[in-house]
Amino acid sequence: MTTDNLPGLPEEPVARRGMFGVHDTGDTSGYGRLVVRRPPKPSSARPYGSYFDEIADTLEASFAGAIERVVVDRGEVTFHVAREHLVDVMRGLRDDPALRFELSLGVSGVHYPEDTGAELHAVYHLCSITHNRRVRVETSCPDADPRIPSTVPVYPTHDWHERETYDFFGIVFDGHPGLTRIEMPDDWEGHPQRKDYPLGGIPVDYRGAEVPAPDKRRSYS
Amino acid sequence: MTSTTETEGRIYDVAGQDWDELVQEVTDSAEERLVINMGPQHPSTHGVLRLVLTLDGETVTEARTVIGYLHTGIEKNMEFRTWTQGVTFVTRMDYLAPIFNETAYCMAVEKLLGITDRIPERAQAIRVMMMELNRISSHLVAIATFGLELGATTPMLFGFREREMVLDLFEYITGLRMNMAYVRPGGVSVDLPAGAVDKIGEFLKVMPGRIKEMRKLLDANPVYTRRTKDVAYLDLTGCMALGITGPMLRAAGLPWDLRKSQPYLGYETYEFDVPTENSCDVYGRYLVRVAEMEESLKIIEQALDRLSGPLKGGPVMIEDKKIGWPSQLALGPDGLGNSPDHIAHIMGSSMEALIHHFKLVTEGFRVPAGQAYASVESPRGELGAHVVSDGGTRPYRVHFRDPSFTNLQALPATCEGGMIADVISAVASIDPVMGGVDR
Repeated sequence: MTTDNLPGLPEEPVARRGMFGVHDTGDTSGYGRLVVRRPPKPSSARPYGSYFDEIADTLEASFAGAIERVVVDRGEVTFHVAREHLVDVMRGLRDDPALRFELSLGVSGVHYPEDTGAELHAVYHLCSITHNRRVRVETSCPDADPRIPSTVPVYPTHDWHERETYDFFGIVFDGHPGLTRIEMPDDWEGHPQRKDYPLGGIPVDYRGAEVPAPDKRRSYS
Repeated sequence: MTSTTETEGRIYDVAGQDWDELVQEVTDSAEERLVINMGPQHPSTHGVLRLVLTLDGETVTEARTVIGYLHTGIEKNMEFRTWTQGVTFVTRMDYLAPIFNETAYCMAVEKLLGITDRIPERAQAIRVMMMELNRISSHLVAIATFGLELGATTPMLFGFREREMVLDLFEYITGLRMNMAYVRPGGVSVDLPAGAVDKIGEFLKVMPGRIKEMRKLLDANPVYTRRTKDVAYLDLTGCMALGITGPMLRAAGLPWDLRKSQPYLGYETYEFDVPTENSCDVYGRYLVRVAEMEESLKIIEQALDRLSGPLKGGPVMIEDKKIGWPSQLALGPDGLGNSPDHIAHIMGSSMEALIHHFKLVTEGFRVPAGQAYASVESPRGELGAHVVSDGGTRPYRVHFRDPSFTNLQALPATCEGGMIADVISAVASIDPVMGGVDR
């Protein structure tokens, strides 16, 4: 197939081929050769709108180079911060009178196995009571070196949240006062919320038919 | 092992060697350290919370909290279900405040879909009314169990009797007393049944008197105030550092309530106050909760006026046929199900309606890739839902920021240095729901 007449798009990794998971000759739909590529990583350009520009200005003045990209999506702003600068940025977000994000809503982990080199993400939601604003800080680490500096000294509330993220994703928060499992038993193997960890479950017989386990059912995604 | 010869003959005991010295050293030390486990099966720990308490006499010198006994993997399970099925899971997290879980989740999904502005006003008003009813039932449990744990049976009986009225309303409206999965992405599952407005109206007439009764019983009760005043003190600095929200924060004097500061679902159009106290103690948290119930009644009244007035007969689910669940439910002889009209419509007259119904029920709707965070003011504080989509028909990741989880971290700060009996008060004033803590 010639590609001369196609717009020059960056070659993103392939997300999916074909439709409905059919790979053999059973495909009669004609969609078997469909190639769906992952969308490129989102990144917003200025002006961000709302109060986001103010925050970005203040952050860039103090932490030039620490912020990898800014994403404004659905009325929310996300600052992607390199992990080595995370603690400084968080302290700035808390202490700078123009920012003053006093309240942290904790840490949430997300596992993107396809995001090579940055598979594990830690997402922090911050809220400023002084200015009545919200911001999201996101940082990432590779699966091979799952380490992110701990932010407990800045926000003591992250104590349990980081333990939970460690428990579920295996992200090691360097400098945490006592990084142990919190939800799973201490001797549990694996980190359940990772995408390579199976859900498990057993098929159930119902009136002669077998209902497969939830992770074995057909997925339309 | 040594032996001594006595009149009865040889007696064997375990003394001797260097154990005598060791025993002597332990007896000499002034500290009488005792480590006890409170829970995980303890009636005053609100479920399965385990506290490891180090005691010196009756003083708690160290309190450690162990959680995870009720972890059910709800967040993981949701990644294998459709977006709509997720509601059935989140409602079981904080089981005393199911409507709040559902609303936070649905608001996040609606944000991802970009349909926040298109949710019908009637659905929003129903959500507000149900949430405030739920706030009352949740606070009633908090106060009721609190009374029981301090040894008073009457507040418990009163609280559960009043809560039953709210649960009856829930059953009448949704079909279930708890875990109703009533709020759905796009609106609510079913409109208020006939007679619901009258029933809620009756409830509004009875409830103020019942709250007054509760106040008479507890507000100035010397036994109660001695167990609650100046107990489990946590000031504003402590609250802020530990990320505490909800009645605990408002009892420390900060009027931070998302319904006022960052309104959602039209809360800015309702008249109500945010009660605060400055005592930072258990008694203050009790007062805040009772006052919040009174404020909730005001909101319910306003919502009810709208539902029976200007919003009467409006839709309760988004008009978008590609998102709105096509169930026009009706009560048949075999229970609640699709209405005969709807069945006739999809089976007899509209092919498109049948396709939409089939596609929505089997594979669900697709949500554009991205992440969103939506939060509501639950009875225990800020309940946030961080929802990530990869563009598919299932959530990629759902994380709940449950206020019980965060607030429970304050336990050592409120208990250490106090008496062991006050640990009970402290736990009760935090009002943790372990279903929400462990998820």
